Amino acid sequence: MSDAATGRRPAGRVVLFLRHLTSMAYFFHETMRWIFVKPFQGKPLRFRAAVGQMEEVGVRSIPIVVLVAFVIGIILVLQTAYQLDKFGAKDHAASLAGVALTREMAPLLTAIVVAGRVSAAFTAQIGTMLVTEEILALQVMAVSPIAYLVVPRFIAMLIMLPCLTILADATGMLGGYVVGTTAVGIRSSLYIKSTLDALLLKDILTGLIKSVVFGGIIAMVGCYMAFVVQGGAEGVGRSTMISVVTSLICIILADCFFTTVFYLFL
Amino acid sequence: MDEPLIEVRNLIRSFDGRVVLDGINLTVEKGKVTAIMGGSGCGKSTLLRHLIGVMRPDSGEILFKGKDITRFDESEMEDYRKRFGMLFQMGALLHSLTVHDNIALPLREHTKLDEKIIGMMVKMKLELVGLRDFERLKPSQLSGGMQKRVALARALALDPEIVFYDEPTSGLDPVVSGVIDQLIMDLSLRMHITSVVVTHDTRSAFKIADRMVVLFRGKVVADGTPEEIRNSPDLLVQQFIAGSPDGPIPLRQSSRDYLEDLLDME
Repeated sequence: MSDAATGRRPAGRVVLFLRHLTSMAYFFHETMRWIFVKPFQGKPLRFRAAVGQMEEVGVRSIPIVVLVAFVIGIILVLQTAYQLDKFGAKDHAASLAGVALTREMAPLLTAIVVAGRVSAAFTAQIGTMLVTEEILALQVMAVSPIAYLVVPRFIAMLIMLPCLTILADATGMLGGYVVGTTAVGIRSSLYIKSTLDALLLKDILTGLIKSVVFGGIIAMVGCYMAFVVQGGAEGVGRSTMISVVTSLICIILADCFFTTVFYLFL
Repeated sequence: MDEPLIEVRNLIRSFDGRVVLDGINLTVEKGKVTAIMGGSGCGKSTLLRHLIGVMRPDSGEILFKGKDITRFDESEMEDYRKRFGMLFQMGALLHSLTVHDNIALPLREHTKLDEKIIGMMVKMKLELVGLRDFERLKPSQLSGGMQKRVALARALALDPEIVFYDEPTSGLDPVVSGVIDQLIMDLSLRMHITSVVVTHDTRSAFKIADRMVVLFRGKVVADGTPEEIRNSPDLLVQQFIAGSPDGPIPLRQSSRDYLEDLLDME
């Protein structure tokens, strides 16, 4: 119910923000409970629904992720070669691009691309279900909407985003290799060797840890924004927009946080 | 008179200082059709949401077989919800599932029956509402009246003791309304299912109800058999039945003085 309709003074922005924060925490808590506690109380996890979602959010995102990663790989090599050429160290472009991709660019850009696609889809789908009383119907049939709708999406994102990130790592480096060995003129064997020498398992793993967190953020924000839809089709549109923007901001903030932590402690 | 199945005692609920339910008392008898009537905004939808346990009152009790549902914990509420079905105003079928899967959903969630038996039960429920050949269709391929009948089949999936109907005939043509009315009466006569019908359609209510409760501004203003309601001396009730535009329910809803309001305009 809107504040205007009830004749009450609209709640301040800070209050509203804090209220969202608490309900988001509750939402996350409920999701965790359905993943970790309820399966031991005779309410099995919905793996089949999760697999369906994996196809939706993962497999169908492959083309766009591959395209973006390939192009980013090209750009990275060209930009670093341009700078390194001044020091006569053009050959190092390979290792630089490889490290930048696995540690930072692949996880972040994959998350950003997928956030636009997936959190919008989650909010629009579930938000429409809220408006048409489908969520209420689930609840009344004693089917938890969190378990039925949110948990499969959450699991799917947690699994698929790292997979997509690995794919982005690979295609990004391929893009870099293509342009590095042709336009930039690094020898093929040297390119491969310096990439392999520079890459540590740590680089890839920190990237993947980030992408797991990003996946969780995308799923949580996308689903949460659907449950707070107010007022019909217009509300679904507004929530969808807010959901994409919020996902992106959260992803970048989380990225900054994790990069700092990894830099300082690893 | 039988022991009442549901007994509402002095139910009070307000939203931000606006009282929506103002001390509701009513009983629902087993096997009978109880119609809860009233104009828009009289609190009947809010009352229904309390009866199905998705809202909690500020005070008062709702006794189901002597147990207060407003104090149910999560698992008790789940058990309660398995014992009633609900027909939503717009049907609220899950649009991503076929008719078959929609009706099978409560069976798959709450029973351990195998798919063959579930398939048979779905057919039986669809036969009950006369739509046996439509199993493979999606809800969006059905007309509004058919969606409602499928939704009724879903509400009946777990063989409930009570079925709640939210505006079962709104938005339907007279013939389809008649079909729904007939279904409600059949369920009560043949299968002894208790029905609680929330409606503002007086014609249908007089036809199907064994007992009628009229709400106005959050209070029960009349309660009795259709005959008693028809002969009620209360002007409010008479206005509602006759559908007269003016009477105790004023035509104009604005509280401010008209002239003053106009003069205030810049």
